[in-house]
Amino acid sequence: MPQTLKACTPPPNPMAPSMTRLTRFIRESADVFTFDLAPERATPFAPGQFNMLYAFGVGEIPISISGAADAPDRLTHTIRAVGPVSAALGRLKAGDQVGLRGPFGVGWPVEEAKGFDVLLIGGGIGLAPLRPAIYWLLRHRAAYGRVGVLYGARTPDDLIFVSELEEWRRTPDFQLRVAVERAGPDWTGDVGYVTPLLSKLRYDPGDAIAMICGPEVMIRATALALEDAGIADSRIFVSMERNMKCAIGHCGHCQFGPLFICKDGPVHRYDRVRDLLAYREL
Amino acid sequence: MKDIADLLRHHPFAEGLDEETLALIAGCAKNVVLQPGDYLHREGAAADSFYLLRHGAVALETFVPGRGAFSFLTVKSGEILGADWLIPPYRSSFDARAVELTRAISFDGKCLRGKCEADPRVGYEMMKRFIPPLVKRLQSARMQALGMYDATNA
Repeated sequence: MPQTLKACTPPPNPMAPSMTRLTRFIRESADVFTFDLAPERATPFAPGQFNMLYAFGVGEIPISISGAADAPDRLTHTIRAVGPVSAALGRLKAGDQVGLRGPFGVGWPVEEAKGFDVLLIGGGIGLAPLRPAIYWLLRHRAAYGRVGVLYGARTPDDLIFVSELEEWRRTPDFQLRVAVERAGPDWTGDVGYVTPLLSKLRYDPGDAIAMICGPEVMIRATALALEDAGIADSRIFVSMERNMKCAIGHCGHCQFGPLFICKDGPVHRYDRVRDLLAYREL
Repeated sequence: MKDIADLLRHHPFAEGLDEETLALIAGCAKNVVLQPGDYLHREGAAADSFYLLRHGAVALETFVPGRGAFSFLTVKSGEILGADWLIPPYRSSFDARAVELTRAISFDGKCLRGKCEADPRVGYEMMKRFIPPLVKRLQSARMQALGMYDATNA
């Protein structure tokens, strides 16, 4: 009896973007914007994962998801306009199309952190990849110990998610400290670098997990400060940034020693990358 | 009512300080209260005092003509404010302005320098307490000077 060939659907091509439509655009600061994308179908993701966003005719860049993981039909991204692709994305408006691949990568250890005090430290636009974790912690607040967020920015005008910062500041049982590097006389908050504010948070270093996102020089300084405070390097998690292209570990652009930032990260346990961070060639 | 030695004893600055030294330096200290907007010292003026902040916050600032005062550091409760009293010509480098109701222990710098000169052990105790926060502030100032927050697109 002849075998019948079953119709089969080829697996989705991970290099082919799907079409999404921009539904909301928010100007956060002079060079930072946030937009929501409506994907063709619900796209579940974990806090800390990223998508490849394609500005048609210009190019594709990796951008962490900055929205809530419990709304998979809306993908929020927060972007600083620093290059041709991000600048092109910043010129889009509601109704425009954006190509999307993802989500990719390993996110924040929000499940692993249950029962622990949790510290989240963001510098500059590094608050954006942390925001899904913050939403998660707030939504599942009872599952965690003390929660503290430190956020550093250049000036008050560079702060992002300003209305939410106010909301979080008023949230009971939630510690938020914001520091800017310089400020005019109207600013009554903290001025200075972000790491010294660690001493202002209440947490048990022997029972805490920390998540850091920001420029690499800040990650290194903050991780050392956390270690000095008594948090084990295996409980410090950092989100790394490298030149990602394929996002699936094939092209090697984001290779970081034995790791690929795109598929082994972007979130890495600090004790697994701390020695690699010392190599300037990587 | 607590005397100045009691207030000093409860400040992190005095941690590990023996009673004799604590009483000695308390002789150069007084309790002060500052309202928001009060200046603790002004840029270019004689640096004849330093402060241990008990409550409140103080902005260190410099004035930019046409743009106003710019703050580069907030000093908060439990911290030390003022290091220019330590080195000649004892002149304040920046403005220091209370941004909220602030309570502090104010030290007469000249008085304390005299006691440090007379007893190097006291001077060493002071150095051990001043150098760590100053080094940390220097490290932070370097990071601020690099302006790295705008270096990424996460």
